[in-house]
Amino acid sequence: MSFGPFLLLAVLEGTVMAAVLALTAVGLSLVFGVMRVVNVAHGEFYMLGAVIAWFVTYYLPFPPALVWLAALIIAPLIVALIAALTDTLVLKRLNYDPEATIVATIGLLYMLQQAALTFYGPDARPVVAPFEWRIQLPWFGYSGYKLFVVVAAVVILAAVWLFMTRSKAGLVMRATQVDRDTAQAFGINVDRVYAGTFALGGALAAAAAVLIVPIQQAHYLMGHDPLLLSFIVVIIGGLGSIRGTLVAALVIGLSDGIISMFFSPTLAKIIATLLVALVLVFRPQGLFGAKA
Amino acid sequence: MTQKLIGVAPSRRAVLKGAGAGLLAAGFAAPVWAQAAPVKLGFQLHRTGIGAAYGRWYERTAQAALKVVNDAGGINGRPVEIVFEDDGTDPKRGAEVVEKLTSQHNCDLIFGPLFSHVVIGSAPRAGELKVPYLVCSEGFHVAGGMLNRWTMQPGITDVRAQVSSMAPWVLANLGKKVTMVFPDYAFGHDHRDFFTAAVEAGGGEVIAQIAVPPTETSFTRYLPQIPRETEVLYHVMVGPAVLTFVKELGEFYGTGAKPQIFGFIDSLEAVDIASPGLEFLEGTHFWEGHCRAQQADASEHEIAYRAAVGVDANGASVSDAKDVSTYAHMFSVWETLHIIKAGMEASRYQGTADRQKFVEAVEAMTDMPESLAHVQGDKVFNGKTHQVFGHQFISKVEGGKLVKVHTTSIEDSMYADAVDYTTQSF
Amino acid sequence: MTDGAKVWGLHLLVLAAVFAAQFLLPPYHATNLARIMVLAVFAMGYNIAFGYTGLLSLGHALFFAAGMYGMGLPVWHLEWVSVPALIAGLLAGGVMAGAVGVLALRTAGVSFMIVTLMFAQAGYLTLLYLNSWTGGDEGFVVASAARQAFGFSLATDTPRFTAAFVLFAAGLLACLWLVRSPFGRVMVAMRENEERSRMLGYDPFRVKLVALILSGLYAGLAGAAYGMLFGYVGASFATIQYSILPMLYVLLGGAGTVLGPFLGALLMFYLIDITSNYTDAYLFVVGAALVGLVLFAPKGILGTLRERAWRWLP
Repeated sequence: MSFGPFLLLAVLEGTVMAAVLALTAVGLSLVFGVMRVVNVAHGEFYMLGAVIAWFVTYYLPFPPALVWLAALIIAPLIVALIAALTDTLVLKRLNYDPEATIVATIGLLYMLQQAALTFYGPDARPVVAPFEWRIQLPWFGYSGYKLFVVVAAVVILAAVWLFMTRSKAGLVMRATQVDRDTAQAFGINVDRVYAGTFALGGALAAAAAVLIVPIQQAHYLMGHDPLLLSFIVVIIGGLGSIRGTLVAALVIGLSDGIISMFFSPTLAKIIATLLVALVLVFRPQGLFGAKA
Repeated sequence: MTQKLIGVAPSRRAVLKGAGAGLLAAGFAAPVWAQAAPVKLGFQLHRTGIGAAYGRWYERTAQAALKVVNDAGGINGRPVEIVFEDDGTDPKRGAEVVEKLTSQHNCDLIFGPLFSHVVIGSAPRAGELKVPYLVCSEGFHVAGGMLNRWTMQPGITDVRAQVSSMAPWVLANLGKKVTMVFPDYAFGHDHRDFFTAAVEAGGGEVIAQIAVPPTETSFTRYLPQIPRETEVLYHVMVGPAVLTFVKELGEFYGTGAKPQIFGFIDSLEAVDIASPGLEFLEGTHFWEGHCRAQQADASEHEIAYRAAVGVDANGASVSDAKDVSTYAHMFSVWETLHIIKAGMEASRYQGTADRQKFVEAVEAMTDMPESLAHVQGDKVFNGKTHQVFGHQFISKVEGGKLVKVHTTSIEDSMYADAVDYTTQSF
Repeated sequence: MTDGAKVWGLHLLVLAAVFAAQFLLPPYHATNLARIMVLAVFAMGYNIAFGYTGLLSLGHALFFAAGMYGMGLPVWHLEWVSVPALIAGLLAGGVMAGAVGVLALRTAGVSFMIVTLMFAQAGYLTLLYLNSWTGGDEGFVVASAARQAFGFSLATDTPRFTAAFVLFAAGLLACLWLVRSPFGRVMVAMRENEERSRMLGYDPFRVKLVALILSGLYAGLAGAAYGMLFGYVGASFATIQYSILPMLYVLLGGAGTVLGPFLGALLMFYLIDITSNYTDAYLFVVGAALVGLVLFAPKGILGTLRERAWRWLP
């Protein structure tokens, strides 16, 4: 294949990856920003979203487009509920101590993985896409659904953006992020804000998974990669900065697709991982974050 | 890691745990044994971890084979039990499981693991404990000489033999210029090295080798690296992302011109070939270790095996048509159990003191004709390399079904011995 | 009895009991105990960094793997044998910890965890990438010719147990000596209040780096010994799971206690071994143990014991 189409495909793939990654990483970033909690189980929330989507599309007797839409609503809701419960039952009792919460969320990761294995099984199962539409370009074919994923992710992200900047709840969340004690003094129920933030973070991961699951399959070990990639994005973007996270998702998504076309992909992953570590060492505010 | 002891009568725990009416029936239907102590076989099972989809079917196959063996009078007139222990598809736990089955459960021998790293991680401990370790792994590590006198692979042909025997047919029927797509780790590298060598020996050419990192979940961006002049695209993928890979391949080629496609069924093991998005596979070819769909010329033994394990004519579970089996590999468990029976009977195996005699008896085996014990077909065992060789099948997707179009000869798969385990001490 | 006498008495008693266990236990448990002792050395190393110095690392699998491959690769490619190979593994662990530490210790807290995690992930991928040298994901068997030391085969039960015991005892006594030494107290000071220690004239970076290197030496020795005693080297030992295991052992036994890592490794090993007889869901047990520990017993078993009764416990 000549260079032009080659690049076009890389850009298309990169955009899809960036969109899904942005959705997943924003959830992680939000939780870190507001609560100062690194949620290691974030990838498992993603996995749960995909698995629940499979159950919904398998058991509800609607046409594909409708069941998928149902999954897009039900999966994030259930995951949000689990996340809120986790916050109330575990994280709150740890007083959000950063190190204790990491250990606890590692524990949660194992528990969720095992639950999925027990109740869902070891197979990778496909979820039917809401519609089948292949775009045949002169050089190669491309899935129309993938392009829809990009649009849907942008819409959801825009909604989150509006929620954070325009709604009262968003204002309260941002206030808590800036100064927890003052927020409390002004009568904000910090407990509810935290539970809500954790739930929202989980719901975003689940929504990303529902978008991706017609392309990939639901599998109980699928949470590992999105977690590492989200970490990378959140760090490059600056811990806790949502704007930085979005920019970083775009950069990482696009560059990962393009770099791995020219270098050995495994080597590309090694270099990317080391770069992230070095960014954190030498520019802890991230490449795109403002100086803290 | 539940142990299900079946044979004489199910253990109380197995009953309590509701091990299933089928197992109970197996227990009670068995002949009434004289007071003989059971032969205890340990099964190292991938019940959790990355190999779990295979493990589930390996367990079912083992249960079915066990019932057949017990119904036919057991081994040396003794009933047979299998103790299943989960290894989490992890080499460290694998070695511990070998230990546990041998020292704590006092199993006579151990069989069943598939994943190469588990086999390589566990084999040293089996050798130290001097317990026969019969693997169902299709890796080249047994015949390659890395392991030991106690480790054998009598139930399934290894990847080197599989790959080498495919190459002549591929070159003669599909094309000479081959591009390979494979996972970038040991299993994929075996394919890369042995298939490339076989293609070059047959006058063809591998024009591109595309290695995909093991952690990858999306593949489209690797596909443009397939050169335009490719005549045959050779693909092999394993792990949970296999369906994504095949789907994306379909999207990529779509209705446009595409090369001949030849895949290893590993790319679709435990996956329904009629899944949406796989329509483009129509007319493409697959290697199969054992034909998933029941063929027109299926032997009575193959049909009996299918029924015993509970697999329908399409290769899915009889109780759930969506539960597709790992049919191309799991026959190895069935055949290995029958080889254990043959080996124990040839060596008049009485107890753990006869383990060495058992290994020698298996090493002495050569021809294994197609039968209820060898449902996949004739085989030839090489006692020196501890590796069996058998027929391989090439199937074509026709009307959404895999139809066998070629059976390789056993000779095609053979290669010079790399090791002689019989010269090693016990 | 003085506290010092109690401390040495207790630890020597534990060592004597562990040594005697090989003659009293059935073979299955004796070999398990050998595994547990090696894993306990790994956990003791983790404890030096986390329990005493307060460095919560998620990258110790890298040091363990460095030791394992530092031992295994010379055996495979250069035909080294047991003792030199083990020493190579020990040093590899220390060097790797030093290299990671120089960079990672510029960060703290959450960032330190993620940086160590990322380095370990890069290390794991490198092992896969250098497949032809490392055996990749399949790994390789350690040649039995190399598993001979002082005329004994480390592949047989008694020499293996003895070797594991010697390493364990040396690790335990060295750790006991370390934490009772002045440097050990400085380590604890770093954990408790870095600012104040700095004002007292200690260089936090240097102290933490030394602690991390010591920790890496322990992890490297454990990795090398695990490969040597049980005959297999593989990339699965470099996965994140093997960074979490020592943390789990230390948290269970008691962070900042000398015997805690061994107790944690012992209990966790048998918790999994025994629950696996009843359920497939042993991962759930591990997860629940982690959550339960941070919630209800953040100081672990010996930490709680020290708080309630044995205040002299080091």
